[in-house]
Amino acid sequence: MHEYSLIVIGGGPAGLAAALKSFENLDDKRVLIIERDKFLGGILNQCIHPGFGLHYFKKELTGPEYAQRFIELVEKSGIEYLTDTHVIDINPGREVTIVNKHGLKKLKAKAIVLAMGARERTRGAVQIPGTRPAGIFTAGQAQRFINIEGYKIGKKAVIVGSGDIGLIMARRLTLEGIEVKAVVEIMPYSTGLRRNIVQCLEDFGIPLLLSHKVVKIHGKERVEGVTISAVDKDFKEIPATERFIECDTVLFSVGLIPENELSKKAGVLLDMATGGPVVDNTFSTTARGIFACGNVLHVHDLVDNVTLEAETAGKYAALFCKTPELFQKDQLTNIIASSGIKYVVPQRLNKNFLEPTILRYRVDNVYHNKVVTLINSGRKLLRIKKQHLTPGEMESLTLSEKILSQIDFSQDIILKLEDNSLKGEIYG
Amino acid sequence: MDKITCILCPKGCSIEKKEEGNEIKYIGYGCSRGLEYAKDEFTQPKRILTTTIHVKDGEIEFLPVRTDKPIPKRLLFDAMAILRKIEVTAPVKVGFVVVKNILDTGADVIATRKVNRKSSF
Repeated sequence: MHEYSLIVIGGGPAGLAAALKSFENLDDKRVLIIERDKFLGGILNQCIHPGFGLHYFKKELTGPEYAQRFIELVEKSGIEYLTDTHVIDINPGREVTIVNKHGLKKLKAKAIVLAMGARERTRGAVQIPGTRPAGIFTAGQAQRFINIEGYKIGKKAVIVGSGDIGLIMARRLTLEGIEVKAVVEIMPYSTGLRRNIVQCLEDFGIPLLLSHKVVKIHGKERVEGVTISAVDKDFKEIPATERFIECDTVLFSVGLIPENELSKKAGVLLDMATGGPVVDNTFSTTARGIFACGNVLHVHDLVDNVTLEAETAGKYAALFCKTPELFQKDQLTNIIASSGIKYVVPQRLNKNFLEPTILRYRVDNVYHNKVVTLINSGRKLLRIKKQHLTPGEMESLTLSEKILSQIDFSQDIILKLEDNSLKGEIYG
Repeated sequence: MDKITCILCPKGCSIEKKEEGNEIKYIGYGCSRGLEYAKDEFTQPKRILTTTIHVKDGEIEFLPVRTDKPIPKRLLFDAMAILRKIEVTAPVKVGFVVVKNILDTGADVIATRKVNRKSSF
């Protein structure tokens, strides 16, 4: 059996950054990246639009350009990688079964980094009645067909859901001469970034229909149209608001799900709120020696954050290869998302590794004029005023050395939203 | 248009432009960066254009490209019409200039991905 120090599953932005950082920190440089597609770079290859790298490189790049910078570093480094290769099993003993054109093989690793990314929710996930004609795609699938394969996927389209991929595809379709009739969003707010609403919809006069849903897809061989309806605050259709929109293409942009089928086989505990593994501040999952980062851990809006997170995961995965005894499980304090906070990552703090840690979180609704509060053992360790919070924008806060020094590790750390009504209080 | 949405932060201020005699006033911005953004956006809105073009003999058939600086928003579709007809031959490197000074905007259209030659196997 082939043995590696580190095996990284997935050659997208998370996998590349984790592999590079661990390679830097390892004495024996046996690092392998396994990618199922033909090229490294993952979904970035099909994200040809700008907006990547503003934080990490201080420069606005497209997805392929962002990926290329890391691919070049990997190619120069001597990190091994396999493309066109599927991982079909990982077990808790850190044995990885792969299959490619050379057949089936088993590999073993001291540590594994899970970086498989996310998959798209489909029409089935939002249960829209009607027939099953051709012309229905997820937004990312359409993105691949147009940007990589070069197909024209239709003439008139309706986009369901206002996630970032859907918004970006609305612009892409328009530039390619496909008429986008509307973006239909069931929530009263968009889940996409503001920048994308302005530059992808408003720039081209594409209507964003909030509090609306598609109630039926029509057509037998090919999509012929959709019926939409306004909904009330409980998402129930409002009678007599139905409207038929003629189109031959429907794109679904209704969210991503971390791709954790392999993680489950490896015995990794998943967080119901993120859909990804429960990790501590070293990005260790609950399975020993198995780390996770990127969209497999939780769905990000910005690849720059994926890179930063993956570098931390890679650094600690390398450390695990050298000194696994440091990673004992009895030193963990829970970090709990409470009222108003949908989730927080990492979910645990390992006090063997008390370095400044970034907590990333999302809120569960749109809020104005709130305070994000970090509470431990009855004390408020941090209060951050926020004028505007929305589930579509990931937020973060840093557990600084000063905050870490004040934590009572026998008690949970709680992150919650409070009203900004308390005046004159000073904490921390 | 006399109303725009600022995209610099999640707050998304709605900014209005009002002309009072010779004076131009901006209303609704939340910070000085927002004011600067609004001035640019009202006078000459510009965008980076990204798309794909054909590539011959490449390991992939379509090459992602972009303008190396933002071009006037009103020229996006004209630029698309030009790029639709362009074909390059692999190998191509990132940054390779596909069209120089497109539509006299001062922006070059450059490749955003490396494409190797297709192997003959």
